[in-house]
Amino acid sequence: MKAQDWRPSASIENLRRRAQILAAIRDFFAARNVLEVETPTLSHRAVSDPFIDSIEAVYAPFPGGPVQPLYLQSSPEYAMKRLLAAGSGAIYQLGRAYRNGESGGRHNPEFTMLEWYRPDFDDAALMDEVEALVCGVLGLSSIRRVTYRALFQEQLGLDPLKAPLSQLKACARASLDVAMEDEDRDSWLNLLMSHLIEPALAGQGAVFVHEFPASQAALARLRPGEDGTPVAARFELFIQGMELANGYHELTDAAEQAHRLEADQSSRASLGLPQRPLEDRLVSALQQGLPDCAGVALGVDRLVMLALQTTSISDVIAFPFDRA
Amino acid sequence: MANYSANQFKNGLKIMLDGDPCTMTDVEFVKPGKGQAFTRVKMRNLISGRTWEKTFKSNESAEGADVMDRDMEYLYCDGEWWHFMEPATFEQFAADKSAVGDAHQWLKEQDRSMITLWNGNPIAVTPPNFVELTVTETDPGVKGDTAQGGSKPATLSTGAVVRVPLFIEEGDVLKIDTRTGGYVSRA
Repeated sequence: MKAQDWRPSASIENLRRRAQILAAIRDFFAARNVLEVETPTLSHRAVSDPFIDSIEAVYAPFPGGPVQPLYLQSSPEYAMKRLLAAGSGAIYQLGRAYRNGESGGRHNPEFTMLEWYRPDFDDAALMDEVEALVCGVLGLSSIRRVTYRALFQEQLGLDPLKAPLSQLKACARASLDVAMEDEDRDSWLNLLMSHLIEPALAGQGAVFVHEFPASQAALARLRPGEDGTPVAARFELFIQGMELANGYHELTDAAEQAHRLEADQSSRASLGLPQRPLEDRLVSALQQGLPDCAGVALGVDRLVMLALQTTSISDVIAFPFDRA
Repeated sequence: MANYSANQFKNGLKIMLDGDPCTMTDVEFVKPGKGQAFTRVKMRNLISGRTWEKTFKSNESAEGADVMDRDMEYLYCDGEWWHFMEPATFEQFAADKSAVGDAHQWLKEQDRSMITLWNGNPIAVTPPNFVELTVTETDPGVKGDTAQGGSKPATLSTGAVVRVPLFIEEGDVLKIDTRTGGYVSRA
């Protein structure tokens, strides 16, 4: 332990600003009659996404008793959708989420996430609301919108939905030293997005990227894009090249949801990743009926970073991972 | 040597790439909210000095390089090799011109330098940040002109030539910043 490790990494002034932003977020939703909810951060089920690793905890009924694995939640999404299916109406949650191994200038394994759901909204209507919140906090006037496809065409001159894999690889290798031998289109698209497009977005202020490839739908529904090619009703907000929010016009089809969970589980198996219990209660909730809704998750620490014009997450949280 | 997976990468880790030992000078974790994570690393080739950025997928790994930094005392140069000694063990190491590089102009006998060894052989020599060297040749000093600007070249005992203030005289001992090659003060 270093002598100064007891100190917060963020200044007290930054923490004061952070508190003002948290209060402004709660005011924003109170004014719009969106209900604040709290759901467990400790669950019997884990996220299925192969690229998100849950932190495991163990529960014992008494010290030394038989232990039961539990998982710190990587997002409140599953539980909040169960509330929506139970008739909650519009809800938001401002709370902690946990992701194993995610530590860096913009990541802390434990972070503050704002997630909200709006019945009867689609992705475009929810982008309007994200815009209203973020512009209010950051003092912006408006946020540009561009489709994933148009962005790749504009920045890299290739069509991400149609270009052959060989073209994606050639484009990446032309400007990056990357050893990757991967036959998955999405790996290459993610590489191009994170290494070439995000840095290019750094000079463009705030940008919504929407209509992701169908293969990157996650929990968004699919719909035909401009030329009929299916796209995901998903958007991401980037500000100064930093990913700030990810939203969907939500999938409500229980069978499709069950299928995506199973597909994630088999891709986990093929990647040699741990098999963890799937959230079958989410499938049951969708069978009961999730209202037509849109939902979004927003990284609050990053929002504070942008408001305070700092590039390090440790400037906006009192005790980051290495001092926790 | 051990293998390191990309999620164990950190600043200062030395790995083998294309047969050369390389060090990581900056490690950045690139993780989109959805999809594949990457580790983007600023690398420096310890043999050629080349620096560049390389991206690893989080499940890729790299072989560690047997590279270590040791403090050693500079002994002498025989014209071809620069000889150093580890003070605790008296073990001697000889570094060639490519390992010594620009450091040769700051090496004074008995000063400590950091020697980077790869598989037991010196591949780089890093002199201390500050050295004290004697002026062997310079134009006569200008008395009373201690505050005014203006400078002149001075040759030091190691052969290095640095810009010094006008009042410096032959025989003065100067403190030099080896990172910039600049004069700091009289010692």
